[in-house]
Amino acid sequence: MEFWGHITTFFSAENYTLFVVGIGSGVLCFASGVVGTFTYLRKRALIGDVISHSVLPGVAIAFMLTGVKNPVYFLIGAVISGLLAIWIVDYVQAKSKLKPDAILALTLSVFFGLGIVLLTKIQHSGNDAQSGLDIFLFGKAASMSITDVQLFSIIAVINIACILFFLRGFNLVSFDENYARGIGFNVNFLKSFLALLTVLTVAIGVQAVGVVLMAALLITPAAGARFLTNSITRMLMYAGLFGFLSGVIGVFISYSGTGMPTGPWIVVVLSLFTIAAIMLGKQRGVLARLKLRKGNHIKINNENVLKDIYKLADDGQKTIETSILLQQEKYAASELKAILNRLEKQDYLDQVRGFIILSDRGRIAAREVIRKHRLWEIYLSKYFQMQEDHVHDDAEGIEHVITPEIEKLLIKLLERPEIDPHQSEIPYE
Amino acid sequence: MKQPPIIEVHNLTVLYGRKPALWNIDFDLPEKQVIGIMGPNGSGKSTLLKSIMGVVTPTSGFTKVYDQSLNNVRNRVSYVPQRQDIDWDFPASVWEIVAMGRYQKRGLFKKLTTEDQDIITDSLEKVNMLGYAKRQISQLSGGQQQRVFLARAIAQQGDLFLMDEPFAGVDIATEEMIISLLKDMKDAGKTLVIVHHDLHTAQSYFDHLVLLNTRLIASGPTEEVFTDQILTDTYGGKLTTISKISQELENKEFPIRHK
Repeated sequence: MEFWGHITTFFSAENYTLFVVGIGSGVLCFASGVVGTFTYLRKRALIGDVISHSVLPGVAIAFMLTGVKNPVYFLIGAVISGLLAIWIVDYVQAKSKLKPDAILALTLSVFFGLGIVLLTKIQHSGNDAQSGLDIFLFGKAASMSITDVQLFSIIAVINIACILFFLRGFNLVSFDENYARGIGFNVNFLKSFLALLTVLTVAIGVQAVGVVLMAALLITPAAGARFLTNSITRMLMYAGLFGFLSGVIGVFISYSGTGMPTGPWIVVVLSLFTIAAIMLGKQRGVLARLKLRKGNHIKINNENVLKDIYKLADDGQKTIETSILLQQEKYAASELKAILNRLEKQDYLDQVRGFIILSDRGRIAAREVIRKHRLWEIYLSKYFQMQEDHVHDDAEGIEHVITPEIEKLLIKLLERPEIDPHQSEIPYE
Repeated sequence: MKQPPIIEVHNLTVLYGRKPALWNIDFDLPEKQVIGIMGPNGSGKSTLLKSIMGVVTPTSGFTKVYDQSLNNVRNRVSYVPQRQDIDWDFPASVWEIVAMGRYQKRGLFKKLTTEDQDIITDSLEKVNMLGYAKRQISQLSGGQQQRVFLARAIAQQGDLFLMDEPFAGVDIATEEMIISLLKDMKDAGKTLVIVHHDLHTAQSYFDHLVLLNTRLIASGPTEEVFTDQILTDTYGGKLTTISKISQELENKEFPIRHK
């Protein structure tokens, strides 16, 4: 039970280092989620990828110049080379005819390539301190020292605080930059400051997940959070929370399996959160939409069967045999049985030994569908010059979609008509 | 009696790369009127509005509002950018968008007061959108989006309104609502400058017209400038020479002015 042993060790905080590193990694990833929300909303996901890859040469050069593995030097190197990459992207975009995607791809590859070349050179240099620089590729939060973690956490917390402090400005610039300029906000400052916060976040985040996966840490939390809410403050909270939990859990998993890189695990956990959010989101989620569609399907079947019974039973007055419905061959026997049972449960009709009779409620519902159907037929033939023999199929679909509100509009527009294009009466309540 | 100009555009040139979007534009606009800025696609209408609002920086020339630099009188100017330039899937409610109209007064940090709340409510009511205050903006129709943008500008409580294509892609009900609102605002002493593309409605909507095709074709009271000759000059094929010259500047990297 080595696994449980780790859990107890972890949560009882006996292993102080691991506890601190876990929380620290969580805080880093929290900051990524929060800052990345704006990267996501400004549709700059690829810029995030460029920044994270382009910090690598900065880190390598910082090591070559100083010869020591000091996180402060790494941070400075990373920030400088990240900002340089952003500046190059903007400059080339303004001055050349290259398309943005090409510029991003080029900048990313050139910086990352350079970084790899420098790292390789360092590894062959024989400097004893060089071992471990490769953590910048895939991240290894579990190997961070407590002082590193403290430093990074402080920066992360400052980043989050800056985002919250300038929330109004960042929000407006992301939504409507022209308007922000129009009312006199200092848009250039806000954009540069946001870029700086992003680079800083990336520069500390790569310590946990490495440059290759850093973009995922920026964008994935926001992408998931967007499915859960329509409010930007809640989106920031969810994105931060996803980041935090993934950061903590990732470190823990990385620690349990000796030598496993942290970055991939954090991103895997994060992806699970995001997939869950995409599935479960209240309005936008996949399940919610499946449920909606299923509801529509049920509504359509209910209404069609009620309508058929109403017509077969002389405007719903008589009792009819279930077999007559089956003979229409619209539904398979088992499906029809299910629909009828459901309708009976909801008091739309009664079934007695192979016979069906509509209840008052059923009759009203059937008349409503027929009314909507015929109103739509009149609307089509009156306003779209459609032939009378063409309007029926269209109305078969739309009769289920018309809301009471739209029905009122139609009745008003058509001046409460009495008969449809096929000379059938419109059944009003 | 001639009124003082509310907007002065002096020798304005704006280049995108080397291609002129606006070229030596000069005109004055009178106060308390509904003014239309018209011209074919790509004639620089939006760029003109953006230059006046300081959203784009002119290559040369200047614009003045109330005889001053815009920065001194920004609180009197309300801006309605083009609706199509915006991502309406942004996570925000109608209320939050209209609240942006108060940011100019409150700046980056000050909290909105109950007075602001009242102004926001009022502005939403004026465009018949109060019932939608909590609605997520991605659920709005084009016409409703435009009303929200209008409400945001009204919440700014300016005297001068600059609107970029407020009638583009809106339903008839919204267009009529906006027009009657504009008339009310004019009667209340506001000045409205509107980028517009539909020639049919120009005469009935505007008191004053600015006709553009990269260069200024005409600026004056509608009854004076809405003539066949000027419209042909603006929209007709005769001005293809100017776009050919622009293309040359762009392709061969000529400067428009030798320095």
